[in-house]
Amino acid sequence: MEAQRAKWKVNMYAWLLLLPSLIFLLLFTFYPVLQTIILSFHQADLGSPEPFFNGVDNYKLMLEDDVFWKVLSNNIWFALGTVPTSTALALGMALFANKVLRGKGFVRTAYFYPTIVPMIAVANIWLFIYTPEYGALSHVMEWFGKGDMNWLGDQTYVMWAMIFMVIWKEAGYFMIFYLAGLQNISQELYESAAMEGASSWTVFRRVTFPLLMPTTMFVSIIAFTNSFKLVDHLVIMTKGGPDNASNLLLYYIYETAFSFWDQGMASALTIVMVVLLLAVAAIQFFSLDKKIHYN
Amino acid sequence: MIRRITGAGMFGLAVLWMFPLLWALWTSFRPREHATSWSFSLDFTFDNYAKVWDAAPFAQYYLNTFLIVIGVLMAQIITATLAAYAFAKLRFWGRDVLFILFLVQIMVPADILIFPNYNVLRDLSLLDTKIGIMLPYFASAFGVFLLRQTFKTIPHELEEAARMEGCNWFQILWRVYVPLARPTYIAFGLVSVSYHWNNFMWPLIITNSVENRPLTVGLAIFAQSFETGAQWAEVSAATMMVIFPLLLAFLMFQRQFINSFIHSGGK
Repeated sequence: MEAQRAKWKVNMYAWLLLLPSLIFLLLFTFYPVLQTIILSFHQADLGSPEPFFNGVDNYKLMLEDDVFWKVLSNNIWFALGTVPTSTALALGMALFANKVLRGKGFVRTAYFYPTIVPMIAVANIWLFIYTPEYGALSHVMEWFGKGDMNWLGDQTYVMWAMIFMVIWKEAGYFMIFYLAGLQNISQELYESAAMEGASSWTVFRRVTFPLLMPTTMFVSIIAFTNSFKLVDHLVIMTKGGPDNASNLLLYYIYETAFSFWDQGMASALTIVMVVLLLAVAAIQFFSLDKKIHYN
Repeated sequence: MIRRITGAGMFGLAVLWMFPLLWALWTSFRPREHATSWSFSLDFTFDNYAKVWDAAPFAQYYLNTFLIVIGVLMAQIITATLAAYAFAKLRFWGRDVLFILFLVQIMVPADILIFPNYNVLRDLSLLDTKIGIMLPYFASAFGVFLLRQTFKTIPHELEEAARMEGCNWFQILWRVYVPLARPTYIAFGLVSVSYHWNNFMWPLIITNSVENRPLTVGLAIFAQSFETGAQWAEVSAATMMVIFPLLLAFLMFQRQFINSFIHSGGK
């Protein structure tokens, strides 16, 4: 009886401690997602003052919408362009920043500082870099006789310009995870490798890289999620243009919801986004050892 | 030899990485007519900063950002500390399910729920308020996980000893757990502050007035009020003003900053 009461007390106590977080979690994560699922089966746009049920029409329209496929494929290219490159670059940065003797502070600072610069400020600065004729890149390209390239105005180049900017912005952040990973590798492994006369390439291939594998997986998941979350720069730089060449899924949701005021469609698009991110999370959860990061 | 070349290459990369910041800084001090040219001269001026300060209510934006960042951080620390203690030290009914519910917030962050959360705020009549900008971030699953990790490493004997001396649960939390988790609080604080200082999309959608707009939104509106490149120097100055406080803090506490990120990221 006494034990029962103590147990009940701990239960109540724990739930009370969790209550403040739970309220906000329910109000701003679970309830909105639920509402969005419901709204995605309704027609709710400027033409229908009172939302009405229209089944899977929004999803059907979405699948027929060329712009939807465009932004989805853009987003996949954007991910392919940023995830492997910034991860690999981050590893290189960490390896270098870890052992460089002179200028360690400068190197780390230079690599890392873009992390704390707001994306919107980044967009302003890079807009000036990419501007034709007057921009920094144009000044450099002029030496090669190609100073008139309009990086953001051209459908083929605009995505490359964005990808490069994002690599610049986030590689230094990922470097931090690798620096942390490197600290966890036992020094003895390197000593015994040195005793056996292994070349530095062999040491990297056989010791450093395999042992950093959990970090690599973790970083690539964050990088992938980021490629769907980062859209602030589009507001300043291209507004998704030219002709949706740089448009991304989240920015398209923003346009659909707040420029076209098609709430049903914005809901359907949001659900696609949520499912996509949850699928990635599920891959992470089931296929990788979750122990490393959450235990 | 190869090592030399890669070393030089990585230094070159560091210089390249610095370029955008240094260039914006340089441009922000240039007289307007020289802003777009690369001809070298030693004309510098503070005019751009003065003009920007007069042209847009940046003082108000600074205040708004400051209030939002501090408000979010305080609320997060309180909610996360309580939840982290429960997850780390108590066995209770529904723990595993709740833990997964918290995990979902990391996978589906508020950033992508801009449209649904706009509707929630509208229903609460909190559009265009500072509290509305802050509310969705008051619970931080990331903070909960970070603190739970740290609390788990604190031996149970310390808690027992404090209880023997007659501390109640709040005193135990406040006097034993919080001080011992200080590095984690600093790490989380830095991540949270830089995140909310930089946040843009959400406040852009829900704010509509100078009284509530944070710096990032103010900067975007200022930058977009020009069509041509003629005001580069001024936009650069405004950009530097937004970046500067965080950058200064970073340069002053560089080691702690990076170590904190290593600390929080390594977990």
